[in-house]
Amino acid sequence: MIFGAILAGGVGSRMSISDMPKQFLNLGDKPIIIHTLEKFLLCERMEHIYIGVHPNWLLHMEDLIDKYVKIRKDCIHVVAGGEDRNSTIMNIVDAIEGRFGESDEHYIVTHDSVRPFVTSRILEDNIDAALKYDACDTVTGAIDTIVVSEDGKVITDIPNRAIMYQGQTPQSFKITLLKKLYNDLSEDEKKILTDACKICVVRNVPVHLVDGEISNMKITTVSDYKIAQAMVGGKVID
Amino acid sequence: MINYIYQLVSPKVFSIKYDDIEFGDNVIVRPKYMAVCHADQRYYQGQRDLSILEKKLPMALIHECCGEVLYDPTGTYRQGELVALIPNTPTTESDIIFENYRKGSYFLSSGHDGFLREYIDIPANRVVSLDGVPAHIGAITEFLTVAVHAANRFDIASHDIRDVIGIWGDGSLAYVVSCVLKKRYPDSKIVVVGKDPRKLTYFSFVDETYIADNIPVDFVIDHAFECCGGEGSYYAIDDVIRYINPQGTLMLMGVSENKVAINTRDVLEKGLTLVGSSRSGKKDFEDAAAMLRDSKLQRRLSMMIYEDKPVTSIDDIHRVFQTDLSTAFKTVFKWSL
Repeated sequence: MIFGAILAGGVGSRMSISDMPKQFLNLGDKPIIIHTLEKFLLCERMEHIYIGVHPNWLLHMEDLIDKYVKIRKDCIHVVAGGEDRNSTIMNIVDAIEGRFGESDEHYIVTHDSVRPFVTSRILEDNIDAALKYDACDTVTGAIDTIVVSEDGKVITDIPNRAIMYQGQTPQSFKITLLKKLYNDLSEDEKKILTDACKICVVRNVPVHLVDGEISNMKITTVSDYKIAQAMVGGKVID
Repeated sequence: MINYIYQLVSPKVFSIKYDDIEFGDNVIVRPKYMAVCHADQRYYQGQRDLSILEKKLPMALIHECCGEVLYDPTGTYRQGELVALIPNTPTTESDIIFENYRKGSYFLSSGHDGFLREYIDIPANRVVSLDGVPAHIGAITEFLTVAVHAANRFDIASHDIRDVIGIWGDGSLAYVVSCVLKKRYPDSKIVVVGKDPRKLTYFSFVDETYIADNIPVDFVIDHAFECCGGEGSYYAIDDVIRYINPQGTLMLMGVSENKVAINTRDVLEKGLTLVGSSRSGKKDFEDAAAMLRDSKLQRRLSMMIYEDKPVTSIDDIHRVFQTDLSTAFKTVFKWSL
């Protein structure tokens, strides 16, 4: 089975537009997370969609689903997120296995709730790549030159831009592989390795690339939010 | 949900419009296969008048498309059911005037966004089931409906002597018109007049084919379909008027950018009926969908289809339009964007 996992554990500390976590802000006429969820719901290969939400916002999320979602409501499950990204994913994995059991044929497509511009093509390509290679990451070729600075003051290195990519989401995995790798990590490693693909990379498990889109942006800052609002012709709220 | 609409903003330039679509009263369809029409190619190449381009662009091209129903609030269609999409959108009712000619009707991909979109939300009465039809053939349903519509109108307009029906043209339109007429009038002799001997060989199922420069002197027809368009329209219409029997009906189907001179003296003398036929409506889609379930017709239509590689990026859209310039008949492609 293929599962969607929308990660919405954040509490929005980087944004001052309102006190709400950014995934609950409106984009056009509805919350960002609903746009993201609807894209997942239209991808029929994903049989169930899990949403990992900060415990304080569980009820709010359920209310939003009731209010906005018109299709496949039975396939949506809201679970409490963990302290960081990976523990939220693991909470979702636990919920999946609690309901559907452990299986080598279970795959998970994990996605930032604040990337509502994800496309059907990106989701389909993630599923295909996960089924074929067990792990994949969505990327776009780097546009700006990437500059490395160890101390934040002077340049240590300027890597060749042709081999630099910017990581987006979805990131998709065979669930048993991800669980095994995560459970092998020490507590210290868990604190550093906040990216699920990085867990694979440090354990020498190949992660295949899926083409993303520049428009599949992550709405993190006020200017991202303004750009996103402008893209859908919505009202810009300061 | 944020939907991607791939609009042509100027010739050979696409840009994405992001549109918030609602799960409301409309059906939501994921496009699966599409086909290129000459009209799309003319916009893409910038071959329309500048004033027309300025008025109609930006606009998503493509009006020949089939896809899978993902959301249907009316409960008419099964989840995943293959449907053909009807680009004509009437805004008024009439028992007399067909929906595709009615004032106020608009057409998706002519002034309104066509089907080059990630998802399509469309009223449930603007889709027709293609259950059991292979999707790559379903892509040309709309094209087939244009022939079906012409045949339906011909049925009403022409007298009953239909011993010989002539079709002028050797392109895709002539091909589907020939298919429809051969099926509709099995007792009539169907004759195709074209210019390209190589293309005429594809018309193996009609009774005769002639090269336009070499039509037998004793050739006569009862009715005719003009499927040339462009510069060819003049010569085709002139030929038809010469060879047609009195009171015959000439169906005009080819689009021409320029005005065409017509030998009205002989039109009057023979008492001919000239009928303009363009686009189609829901009834034609239902008729076409029924016809498409016939495997023999599917095989015949697949002869005229060139399936290009799937489209997964805007670059691929450019590739399809480029490919279409060199295909003899119809270019179809799987939509994976």
